[in-house]
Amino acid sequence: MSNPIIEIKNIGKKYNITHQRGGYVTLRETIMNVLKSPLSFLKAKTKEEFWALKDISLNIQKGEVIGIIGKNGSGKSTLLKILSQITPPTTGEITLRGKIRSLLEVGTGFHPELTGRENIFLNGAILGMTKKEVVKKFNEIVEFSGIDKFLDTPVKYYSSGMYVRLAFSVAAHMESDILIVDEVLAVGDAEFQKKCLGKMKEMSTEAGRTIILVSHNMTAIEQMCSRVVLLEKGRATKIGPTIEIVNEYLDKFLEFGDGEITLTKKPGVDISFSKISITNEKNVITNNINYKENFYINLELDVFKETKDVDLGIYFKNSLNTDLVFSCLSDKSNGQLKTFKPGRYNFKVEFSGGFLMQGIYSIKISVHNPGILTIDSRDDVISFSILPPSGRPASRGGAGCVSIPNRWI
Amino acid sequence: MEKTPEQTYVTIIRPKKLFSIRDITELWKYKELMYFFTWRDLKVRYKQTFIGIVWAIIQPFITMVVFSVFFGGLAKMPSDGVPYPIFVYVGLLFWQFFSSALGDTSNCLVANQSVITKVYFPRLILPISSVFTKLVDFAVATLMLVVLMFYYGYVPHISGLLILPLLLFITFMASVGLGLVLASINVKYRDVRYALPFFIQIMLFLTPVIYPASIAGKYSFILALNPMTGVIQNARAALLGTAPINWLLILISFIATFVIMIIGVYFFKKTERFFADIV
Repeated sequence: MSNPIIEIKNIGKKYNITHQRGGYVTLRETIMNVLKSPLSFLKAKTKEEFWALKDISLNIQKGEVIGIIGKNGSGKSTLLKILSQITPPTTGEITLRGKIRSLLEVGTGFHPELTGRENIFLNGAILGMTKKEVVKKFNEIVEFSGIDKFLDTPVKYYSSGMYVRLAFSVAAHMESDILIVDEVLAVGDAEFQKKCLGKMKEMSTEAGRTIILVSHNMTAIEQMCSRVVLLEKGRATKIGPTIEIVNEYLDKFLEFGDGEITLTKKPGVDISFSKISITNEKNVITNNINYKENFYINLELDVFKETKDVDLGIYFKNSLNTDLVFSCLSDKSNGQLKTFKPGRYNFKVEFSGGFLMQGIYSIKISVHNPGILTIDSRDDVISFSILPPSGRPASRGGAGCVSIPNRWI
Repeated sequence: MEKTPEQTYVTIIRPKKLFSIRDITELWKYKELMYFFTWRDLKVRYKQTFIGIVWAIIQPFITMVVFSVFFGGLAKMPSDGVPYPIFVYVGLLFWQFFSSALGDTSNCLVANQSVITKVYFPRLILPISSVFTKLVDFAVATLMLVVLMFYYGYVPHISGLLILPLLLFITFMASVGLGLVLASINVKYRDVRYALPFFIQIMLFLTPVIYPASIAGKYSFILALNPMTGVIQNARAALLGTAPINWLLILISFIATFVIMIIGVYFFKKTERFFADIV
């Protein structure tokens, strides 16, 4: 086998905490510190060292798609920044055998005053394309973005959707052997994210490109990557096949979540949520639910003033932030709205097992006068995961979020 | 021999060394991006203005009129036997190129922070392209000088015209060099933003823009250490024939610029390592 296309050897990155404080210091502060204690300034400063990354070693072969996952602050972004040469490592060495392009953000360097056409050239140049390359691919880029009508309009007049589409089109047409992508999928709507994923998949399978992808979106990671690196506190704790590592990560990650959350009252509202919890069939509070098991969402509501025509709603969203399921109190009473007198109310809502597929879901709750006023609403108030069904392959990426009762006849 | 792609682009990332020859070859490789940054700055700057690039003429012109009235007319400032307006305009032309370039370069890293933290390219491109932007303004403002020279009936010597590129080069390098120092400081200490306009104002009086260097008498050697002194003095000599070209002064300016440039690059390279972490 030939040399790996990316060779990462003992990479480490050290930050001095003193530098991190408050973003930037003023000259006055530095001078004052020197005046206050000239000796300690001359002596080696007692800086607190922080290793954002330590002893990362990894070989990547041509054509591989590698995912990097980890919690916030685990060093993912630092690793990408080192790979894209934005910041140098403190120790170690990386050898890259190919043309490397990184995409840490879509639309880097876009200028609002410039037109779409001008921004294509500018952004292309910033991403490392030559003018010739951009000219050659110009029509392709415009076609992919679908904004040809607004090509000569300054991008400050673009909708955010148009902006992102144009930016991604430029990025999608860069030529490189190695592509580094960071959370780009976090922007845009679900459709756009799908387009991005599709384009990247195409790049890796058809063009044989090596891709390093950082994402919090486990579905994307599962769909794209053959291998995954799990970073924890700056160390690569696990490197291995995607499914294995992702599941391990999800298990760990969810330990930190809470199955019960106490909510504080927002000022001035007549009705407020005070508690939400998720329980399983055994009435245990948890946010890990087995696939076939029924589960319950328990709401506690404080009413401070008598309110008429009230309804309660529970919304489920998947990890791509798409609304999936909605359920409301008035379902029970054929659309009859309820009048609440002051006091504390408890609701328990049962959801049957086997409907939601394996994955992570988040819940939004709201209490409102339908069509008139939202009294209290909490987005992403709690999340839970549906564990993989037993007897099936652990990962079923691409199988969707919901299963409907059905029969093969 | 045909190279395989693997051989063509091998990048090795290591803890950064202070300076290597690669930095220069890389600058050349990224010349197109340098062009695009300059192009962007010019485009953006004049897109929202009503009279656009005419500002490049108006600024030195109005300054020239005001200085001519107060210094030339009322204060009877000597001007080496040349009409004061054209005397001061030559000085202002170079001075404004230098000072406005300094303002832009010192701010270039902070202004381009979103790009710096997301994409790699040799950071030196940014200050250099800022100065190029100002060079375009300079070229436009020169048109006014041509008009003035025509009006006052001055014909430059051919040899004088030949020396102008050299003077321009010195100004260019001096503003890049000093700009590099200021830009690096500005990343960490935003005090630069407040100190610079003040500094530029003081410097205007320490440079023979509104007065001839001869006025300083035996202390004029101190003025000579300021590279802009040599540039402005000799620009006048070349264009207006105020004196023979002073090669010694050019040499001093050149050396001073060279020293500034070395200090600037050293400073810049030293802070470059953590730009992305602290901007």
